[in-house]
Amino acid sequence: MIKGVILMNDKGKPRLVKFYDYHPAEKQQELIRRLYAVLSSRAENVSNFVKVDSLFGSDARLVYKTYATLHILFIFDSSENELAMLDLMQVFVETMDKCFSNVRELDIVFNFNKVHAILDEIILGGQVLETSSSEVVKAVEEISKMERAANSIMAVPSITGWQSR
Amino acid sequence: MSGGSSLLDSLFQRSLEDLIKGLRLYIGDESSFISKSLDEIRKEIKSTDQQTKATALQKLTYLHSLYGIDMSFAAFHAIELSSSQHFNFKRIAYLAASLSFDPLTTDVILLLTHQLRKDLQSHNSHEVSLALHAIYYICTPDLARDLTPEVFILLNSSKGNIRKKAIALVLRLFELFPDSVRVCFKRLVENLENNDLGIVCAVVGVFCELACKEPKSYLPLAPEFYKILVDSRNNWLLIKVLKIFVKLAPLEPRLGKRLVEPICDHLKRTGAKSLAFECVRTIVSSFSEHESAVRLAVGKIKEFFNEDDPNLKYLGLQALTIVAPKHLWAVMENKDFVIKSLSDADVNIKLEALQLVLAMVSEDNVVDFCKVLINYALKSDPEFCNEILGCILLTCSKNVYEIIVDFDWYVSLLGEMVRIPHCQKGEEIENQLVDIGMRVKDARPELVRVGRDLLIDPALLGNPFLHRILSAAAWVSGEYVQFSKNPSEIVEALLQPRTSLLPSSIKAVYIQSAFKVLTLYLHYSISTKGVISSAFQGVADLMQENSQVVRTGPVADSDTESFEDMSITHEWFPSTSLKVEPITEESIINILNLVEITLGPLAGSHEVELLERSRNVLGLVELIREELPGYLVKREEDNDKGQRKTHEMIKLIAEAFSEELGPVSASSQEKVPMPEGMVLNQSLDDLDAICGDFGLHIPTSFSLGRSISSEKDDVTMSDRQSKEELESTESTSLLAEHRKRHGLYYLQSQKKEMVYDDYPPANDLKTGSNADDEADDLIKLTEQSLFTKKKANQARPRPVVVKLDDGDGPFISAKKVELKDDLISGAVRDVLLGDEATSSSRTKKSDKSSSKRRQKGKLDIDKSSGPKEDSKSMESSELENANLRKSKLHSRGKEKKHRSTAKDRDEHEEGDKQKVSHHHGKHKSRQRADGALTLAAQSNVIPDFLL
Repeated sequence: MIKGVILMNDKGKPRLVKFYDYHPAEKQQELIRRLYAVLSSRAENVSNFVKVDSLFGSDARLVYKTYATLHILFIFDSSENELAMLDLMQVFVETMDKCFSNVRELDIVFNFNKVHAILDEIILGGQVLETSSSEVVKAVEEISKMERAANSIMAVPSITGWQSR
Repeated sequence: MSGGSSLLDSLFQRSLEDLIKGLRLYIGDESSFISKSLDEIRKEIKSTDQQTKATALQKLTYLHSLYGIDMSFAAFHAIELSSSQHFNFKRIAYLAASLSFDPLTTDVILLLTHQLRKDLQSHNSHEVSLALHAIYYICTPDLARDLTPEVFILLNSSKGNIRKKAIALVLRLFELFPDSVRVCFKRLVENLENNDLGIVCAVVGVFCELACKEPKSYLPLAPEFYKILVDSRNNWLLIKVLKIFVKLAPLEPRLGKRLVEPICDHLKRTGAKSLAFECVRTIVSSFSEHESAVRLAVGKIKEFFNEDDPNLKYLGLQALTIVAPKHLWAVMENKDFVIKSLSDADVNIKLEALQLVLAMVSEDNVVDFCKVLINYALKSDPEFCNEILGCILLTCSKNVYEIIVDFDWYVSLLGEMVRIPHCQKGEEIENQLVDIGMRVKDARPELVRVGRDLLIDPALLGNPFLHRILSAAAWVSGEYVQFSKNPSEIVEALLQPRTSLLPSSIKAVYIQSAFKVLTLYLHYSISTKGVISSAFQGVADLMQENSQVVRTGPVADSDTESFEDMSITHEWFPSTSLKVEPITEESIINILNLVEITLGPLAGSHEVELLERSRNVLGLVELIREELPGYLVKREEDNDKGQRKTHEMIKLIAEAFSEELGPVSASSQEKVPMPEGMVLNQSLDDLDAICGDFGLHIPTSFSLGRSISSEKDDVTMSDRQSKEELESTESTSLLAEHRKRHGLYYLQSQKKEMVYDDYPPANDLKTGSNADDEADDLIKLTEQSLFTKKKANQARPRPVVVKLDDGDGPFISAKKVELKDDLISGAVRDVLLGDEATSSSRTKKSDKSSSKRRQKGKLDIDKSSGPKEDSKSMESSELENANLRKSKLHSRGKEKKHRSTAKDRDEHEEGDKQKVSHHHGKHKSRQRADGALTLAAQSNVIPDFLL
């Protein structure tokens, strides 16, 4: 089971935080700080796995990968395969790449909701449900369309409300 | 008007994008900007306009998720917004809920039940999906109970996407509301046969999680998983199935034979590294008895080593670590790579390699390996250096120093470790030094030598990481001082000025050791009729005596008897240490002076440990002083009497110290029987009352009153005395009663007589009355070790290592089974048992026959208890199936609710009871036993059709 997905930049600022078990906000921040400390202590071109037993319990593992200024972290337990998690991370990045056409850190900063939508299409409650990025893109685009539709309808009632005054 | 204000709000409201931009542009302290934004949000979120509210909630969620801002105050607003008609707002609301609600403490969650139910039934699949996601995060047992029916319906949804999500959610429902297993489990299993790979993946994922917690219940599904393993080519799916089989394999040995072949096929065939690694891991961890498969896996691991990817190297080493205990050859084959990896740039790889190197260590090569590792430790960064040291310590001490033959070597290795610049393993080295001292008699001379080297080096005192080791060195030097070549040197080392750098707890050990050394030193000089006996000859001879080297043989004849009287025979100053520095009166005086100078100031220390111990030593010094010639001049008449007293005293103390300390089993405390009449867990409520009574008396009479009354019997006024007497008798009687009841916690009264004896060490065998038999064993053992030493001095066999019969290893804590998992598996077993009959009608012929066999197995067992029940159990199982189906159809029905109130763990038995009550009530107990039997038999019977 996947325990959490975190995106943070190379200065330790979180860009997306998703834990699949409840952690209070302060604890999340603390975990992010400590994870960043772990990551920044690691050299380049070394293996992508880190033992995180001390932070997340006995058989927790962490795999991370750095894309330009962005670290992507997956925390998971023994019922996931380490290399498969790396593949999944690739799926996630590919999907974002398709959704934002050449994704950059800024895209993730300004598209809080959409990044969550993408991740939710891939993982539900720590279970991997979709590994095809094109399927995910399709679903996310449908969601965006619905949101836009809702927004355009929204504009009408508030204006009518103003006119009726 | 309200509409207008909300419009104004929304016109001037900052959007999430504005907030993010603001945060990025803001120079200085972010928190002030955030708190300003929070103030806005608090206002906006109360708006009646949904748009304003949604934007506020979205901003708040953002701040909560990425900046850790508390948003519990907005819980209700999120719930309010979730009922919005607009998908956008609903999404914002559910996202807020899933990121911020705490299922344990957010009490408004229940208000969401209705909305969630509505959304689960929505025609818009994205709305359904929103609800499914939200439920996962905020699910409480109540919510799980209330929404199980809707989720159950979705398990058959025509939209694959929804069905997948519902399947994944079922895991949470099972966890929180085990009764949902009865409703959903069958449909979950049915989905295993779906044509949509994604759906099968989701189901297998759920089973993988379930099997992790309690594999036994899912053994009956092994055939389905086997089919997937053989037929599927999807890597994700295969990985999960392999994960499940790793859990199932230990429960059913016959699985191995069937599984190894397809797993090896996948391993040979696949190009995907993830699947290949999973196959390797499955083989080495669960099927290591299949030699050919292991060979194949090790071959694959070698391929991994040849890749450039550090991940593959790391995982390969990890797999090798798993296989190492059973197939050491696999490690040996890759020895070069493993050793090379010790200097890899990657810490992960280094650590794994270290584990493997240690796996190769054995009795024969431990010396060589340790040499190599120590060299690596010297070259490594501090962290890895300590990792290496820790591993060496752990490996060498495993099973009570199993692999160590030459303890002199090992002890000096421990001493060398101290010299490694980054060494921070003080505590472990301390423990081992002391432990070896107690267990291995033959190692003591070397221990004392190593201890001396450490103590006399003033540089070590400056390194706080080494203080614990120095403490051990001090203790060893004190305890086994008889092996020391130069006790006075040790006293000097123990009292050197730089000891002020030590923490007081360790300094206390130093003082105590100095005390021991001093005592035994003096005792030795007395027993050899050395310095102090010279006093008999009077002042006239003094000058002469002083210049003379005072030394007689190691042990004078007349004294040997008294030594043999000691409870444990000890070789005082054995022949090996004959080269002991000659004891001269001068040297004694020097030492005494040194002690007085160094410990004098400590006698006023605020640390009780230091204060008491240094006072003890000073007291001893005082005593000796009286005997020494310089002081003799003044009080010659007391000479005889005083001297004998002192001799007696020193002998007593020396005897006390000479009692050998042995290792004590960690469980020995448990062996102390509980005194009769002691009730643990007794309510101590009445203690207050008793204490209240005591309150007034304690300060006057409890401690002082008695001593006054006994000492000043004649002086004090009879009036007052009687009053005090009264008080004291009252308190003493209470005290006596307390003592009677809790005698266990009082020190033994004899202890008081030994004025100069220090507190008995915590693990002194003699103090634990019940450790006596253990102590006897120890004595026997030590005696044996003595004999062996005498006999075979030249051959140098492995010295005897004292071991305890029990509890030398770590405590094996009782395995705790989580109740929840129990509940789930209980329910699963129920369903699977019931599943048999129905599954045959549903699935193909092969399954049909197998399930028949399954039932047959069940019947066989029933037969054994009585042929009558044959038909009954069949009927009853069918009956239960019918029940089940019914409960599914009317899953919202009362029956389920009624069931949920019953204790779930008894659910199965209860089911049986119900069955019986339909038939003959008499056989109740029998039938019950049968139920248990079928459960036990299940695992034997079902996989048969796999084989």
